Amino acid sequence: MGVARYWREIPSRYNLIGSKCNVCNEIFFPPIKICPNCRRKSIGKIEDYKLKGVGTVESFTIIRNAPPEFERNVPYVIALIKMEEGCYITGEIVDCEYDEIHIGMKVDACFRRIQQDGSAGAIYYGYKFRKAD
Amino acid sequence: MREVAVIGVGMTEFGELWEKSFRELVGEAGIKAIEDAGIEGERIDALYLGGMSAGRFIGQEHIASIAVEVAGLHGLHIPSTRVEAACASGGVAMHQAYIAVASGIYDIVVVGGAEKMTDVVGGEATDILASAADREWEAFLGLTFPGLYALMARYHMHKYGTTQEQLAMVAVKNHYNGSLNPKAQFRNRITVEDVLNSQIVADPLHLLDCSPISDGSAAVVLAPLDFAKKHCEKLVKISASVQANDAISLHRRKVFDGIPAAQHAAKKAYKMAGIEAKDIDVAEVHDCFTIAEIMAIEDLGFFEKGKGGKAVENGLTELEGEIPINTSGGLKAKGHPVGATGVAQIIEIVQQLRGEAGQRQVKEAKIGLTHNIGGSGGTAVVHILEVV
Repeated sequence: MGVARYWREIPSRYNLIGSKCNVCNEIFFPPIKICPNCRRKSIGKIEDYKLKGVGTVESFTIIRNAPPEFERNVPYVIALIKMEEGCYITGEIVDCEYDEIHIGMKVDACFRRIQQDGSAGAIYYGYKFRKAD
Repeated sequence: MREVAVIGVGMTEFGELWEKSFRELVGEAGIKAIEDAGIEGERIDALYLGGMSAGRFIGQEHIASIAVEVAGLHGLHIPSTRVEAACASGGVAMHQAYIAVASGIYDIVVVGGAEKMTDVVGGEATDILASAADREWEAFLGLTFPGLYALMARYHMHKYGTTQEQLAMVAVKNHYNGSLNPKAQFRNRITVEDVLNSQIVADPLHLLDCSPISDGSAAVVLAPLDFAKKHCEKLVKISASVQANDAISLHRRKVFDGIPAAQHAAKKAYKMAGIEAKDIDVAEVHDCFTIAEIMAIEDLGFFEKGKGGKAVENGLTELEGEIPINTSGGLKAKGHPVGATGVAQIIEIVQQLRGEAGQRQVKEAKIGLTHNIGGSGGTAVVHILEVV
């Protein structure tokens, strides 16, 4: 199944723009409109926050059985990454050998092609992660 | 609020049922349930049907109307409602029906659950099931449904030392139980080696750590307990029905060694039933993947967090164990037609409590529990059933 095209327009996808609640100071990604800690008090007090893109692998898996759009990438690594700001992000790990990847590994974000509609369709870009030096 | 009883159960066989259409499956389960309940059609006040994605699996939406038609009740114009909560659709349908009967708005309510999943090919089912995850921020990036549970599995293994063998033992036990269940999709027994030698789907999960793609339908009939007392010989009441939700995406929840919504639902359910985890005699839990069963028995309070793997290894969850888990074979061996699963779990517990579970009967089972999860934990439903 193709992916809705409006997703191409989401700025957070390209710039890692999350949200900061100015009541409790927690940082969120993907962006939120209401803080789950402060709820009503947070309305109007949430602002955009650009993540530094630096984090640590909390868990990872190597996907070997993929949906049609990703079949040609198999096998690929998807990780749960704890960002320096405290929020977690799901993302692919690229540019390293699989046996190097471990829980606790430092990573940083990079801008990559994620998938495309068929062989000649729209290309979708976004963030992936690579091993940080 | 009125007390609610289950007065009838019925299900189809689970498996690759290419010879039966979606409507045939719904009809077969529904007819068996109302026959078991001994209820005339005109007594039925409402239908609820759990279904996850008939629109994508078979190109058919509006399945609640199909349910009322196959039940022959369309001429009576009773309300029929489809309930969707991914793999917890059946459990949430049960909860909605429970609310309807407990409130006094309806008396006799039929709850169905159905899915026909084997009519799509290749990666299509993987993609449809990925819609139970966050499409924008998880599936978009290539994360699959087994992948989500694989992330939790690796985290659990890293944090508590849970082993690949312990995961495999869940599948071995559930296939053994499935071998005693004539409705189960898989009735073959397997070994730990079989699991570990099967193809890797998403490290560390192998193919035999995963529940299958299945067709099937299940239905139960609910009624006020006072009605059931006059009508039934073997009384089973619902002493708790609790639904809890959470964020759809795993990364938003920040908890990777368990399912917070399930922990919350279990705590509320024990309170509602006035019992504790140790009072449960038998449980059907949502083992969509082997790690899910280990997390479930911890989240439900049967074992301490991190000790689930060891409990499985020590045989505590086997038929003769301390707390038999997934006597039906679970999602792993009985099969997992996603919309039907939550209702089928209720059926297994009702049969256990009525003493009708045949070779897999748990001795003197008086209180049973079901645990049904949608997505990676975005929805959790816990029911407690009791012999009256």
